[in-house]
Amino acid sequence: MRVGLFVTCLIDVMRPEIGFSAIKLLESAGCEVVVPASQTCCGQPAYSGGNKAAARELAEKFLDEFESFDYVVIPSGSCGGTIKTHYDDLFAGHPRLLERLAKVKSRVYELTDFLASVVNLQTLPPPTAGSFKGTITYHDSCSGLRELGVQKQPRELLAKRAGVELKEMDEARVCCGFGGTFAVKYGDISTAIVDDKCANIHASGADAVVLGDLGCMLNIEGRLRRTGDTKTRVLHVAQVLSGDV
Amino acid sequence: MQVQTMHFKSRAGEKLADQRLQQTLKKFAGRFVASRAQAITELDDFEATRDAATERRMRAIENLDVWLATFEKEATRRGATVLYAETAEQASKLVVEIAKKHGVKKVTKSKSMVSEEMQLNHALEEVGITPVETDLGEYILQINDNEPPSHIIAPVIHKDKEEVADLFARVHQKPRLTDITEMTREARDMLRPQFLSADMGVTGGNFIIAESGSVAVVTNEGNEGMCTVMPPKVHVVVTGIEKVLPTLSDLATVMRLLPRSATGQSISNYFSLLTGPRASDEKDGPEHMYFVLVDAGRTSLIGSEFQDMLRCIRCGACMNHCPVYQKIGGHSYGWVYPGPMGSVLTPSYVGIEKTLDLPHASTLCGECHVACPVKIPLPDLLRKLREKQFDRGLRPGFEYFAFGMWAFVTKRPALYRFATKIAARMLKFMGGQQRLIHSLPLAAGWTDNRDMPAPSGKTFRELYQEKTKS
Repeated sequence: MRVGLFVTCLIDVMRPEIGFSAIKLLESAGCEVVVPASQTCCGQPAYSGGNKAAARELAEKFLDEFESFDYVVIPSGSCGGTIKTHYDDLFAGHPRLLERLAKVKSRVYELTDFLASVVNLQTLPPPTAGSFKGTITYHDSCSGLRELGVQKQPRELLAKRAGVELKEMDEARVCCGFGGTFAVKYGDISTAIVDDKCANIHASGADAVVLGDLGCMLNIEGRLRRTGDTKTRVLHVAQVLSGDV
Repeated sequence: MQVQTMHFKSRAGEKLADQRLQQTLKKFAGRFVASRAQAITELDDFEATRDAATERRMRAIENLDVWLATFEKEATRRGATVLYAETAEQASKLVVEIAKKHGVKKVTKSKSMVSEEMQLNHALEEVGITPVETDLGEYILQINDNEPPSHIIAPVIHKDKEEVADLFARVHQKPRLTDITEMTREARDMLRPQFLSADMGVTGGNFIIAESGSVAVVTNEGNEGMCTVMPPKVHVVVTGIEKVLPTLSDLATVMRLLPRSATGQSISNYFSLLTGPRASDEKDGPEHMYFVLVDAGRTSLIGSEFQDMLRCIRCGACMNHCPVYQKIGGHSYGWVYPGPMGSVLTPSYVGIEKTLDLPHASTLCGECHVACPVKIPLPDLLRKLREKQFDRGLRPGFEYFAFGMWAFVTKRPALYRFATKIAARMLKFMGGQQRLIHSLPLAAGWTDNRDMPAPSGKTFRELYQEKTKS
């Protein structure tokens, strides 16, 4: 099956290695992975900022680039959530776009959801030498959890990784305080929220916090490092599953 | 209540710095969330009950005019007087007129957020009538210089026991007590003579029931009963026009969710269904019963993209579950209704221009939508308000400029490739050896308290191209 990988703008610039981990996982599941070169952003920043027109243009661009694939896979719950649950609103009043969206929407998946629910991945790729072993705790990113129902999928997959043990933290489903531009506009409130998340991560005693969204990742890692924690690793679920880190 | 919404940022900053408040908020948040989670498991099918309640509330709102007319007819038939107020000020005037007509000197009140919209206590005091708040939380606030409530069902949630103990000792002029039961008894001793000497009782109305002309009032202290069946010869219900439910069966459905979503109780300690003034064959109840049904912006939501907001049953679950509310408390929001539901309602009621922070001060995490017993899509409504602000040119100029640049670049893949290549390298350079950026000029809100983990210097796009070429 031909899978179009939507890399996401944050992975592209901030953590390109996660994109490669996603490709490795998809290929190990027998998918033919195609990365359309012209892709940029799903439009979420504009949509959340109230700039619907700009968001709509990018949403249309997404359709152009991805509607021909058997599946579209995204290593991010929030970009996936934008496409699957908000593009309908963006295209309201544009029947042709809605029609095109309806055809592709059900084939768009967040990475772990795709691996667990569509290809039913049983065997993870062999880990690279010296890759991460230890205890992890999983942070449920808001959009993945509440818009796409991603909760069991990453946990089921992580259970297959030898040498990695999941220790659930308290309030795993509570927001980390990122919220896109919220983290900049209301930095002090955002910090107070992420402090609770960091405390829960610490209380779990895990060596690493694993999650599926870059926004949460940068937020949590940024606060951990600023407060002097240089030890707790912050990893994307794709990195742990692929055995790349 | 005075509109203070434009001071959101500075207020929130003060609240975050208040260590005592932070402790209090932390305790409360965990408790409400846990008890609600427990309480909803008592229902055989919580989701189906939610659907039913949502559907019934929608039915009420979609034909609001019809149900209000039915309510008026039924309430009038049972001897009550139904009055409508277009604005909050008019509503206050109506209550004052009623009080004057019956020669009222003292009014006991049970909790009502609509009366906060109306600034009713102030209006009564201006004409020499004494309002006495009888909900324990509201009483505490009233004796503390008319402090505004910070939560719609737990108005004094921002105070800890010690603060209340200090306040009681000072205002009651009695030895300082710290045992909650004893403190409550002391408040009760203060309130009892007020109940006995009041001429009029004002209550809110959780719902008004069209088919029977009744009002349903939910409390945990029974003070609504004291306000309406003790000596007061007049009972005035003040509530929003949207609180109508067509039938008692609708009320039964909604009541399965209200206390559970609010405080995590299966049922509140008290629940009154009051219908008409005292009939000749009845032993208690007021001689006169009035309903003041307040619009104050509600009809402007009908038929708008915010109509969903009108089915709100004021349980407070959205704020209890909101990570932002849990940190900054209710006063930061600056008007009557805090938290997610407040951030949607307040712009509609006091003006979008005065509430620019409210829809943006949310992570859009979606937990409020999950917790809402009547499935109001609060994050979507907040986003729509952001769109309104953007379209009406109310955002700072910098945002339009930044969005303009961003949109220009993201639409052009070649330019985007070039721009991200530069950005990745710059960010890498800024991160230095530690690979952490300590300061970003345009994102100080981020870097004041957090580092920005730096990237490795090449974009995925570049690396992918290199890899597929080789």
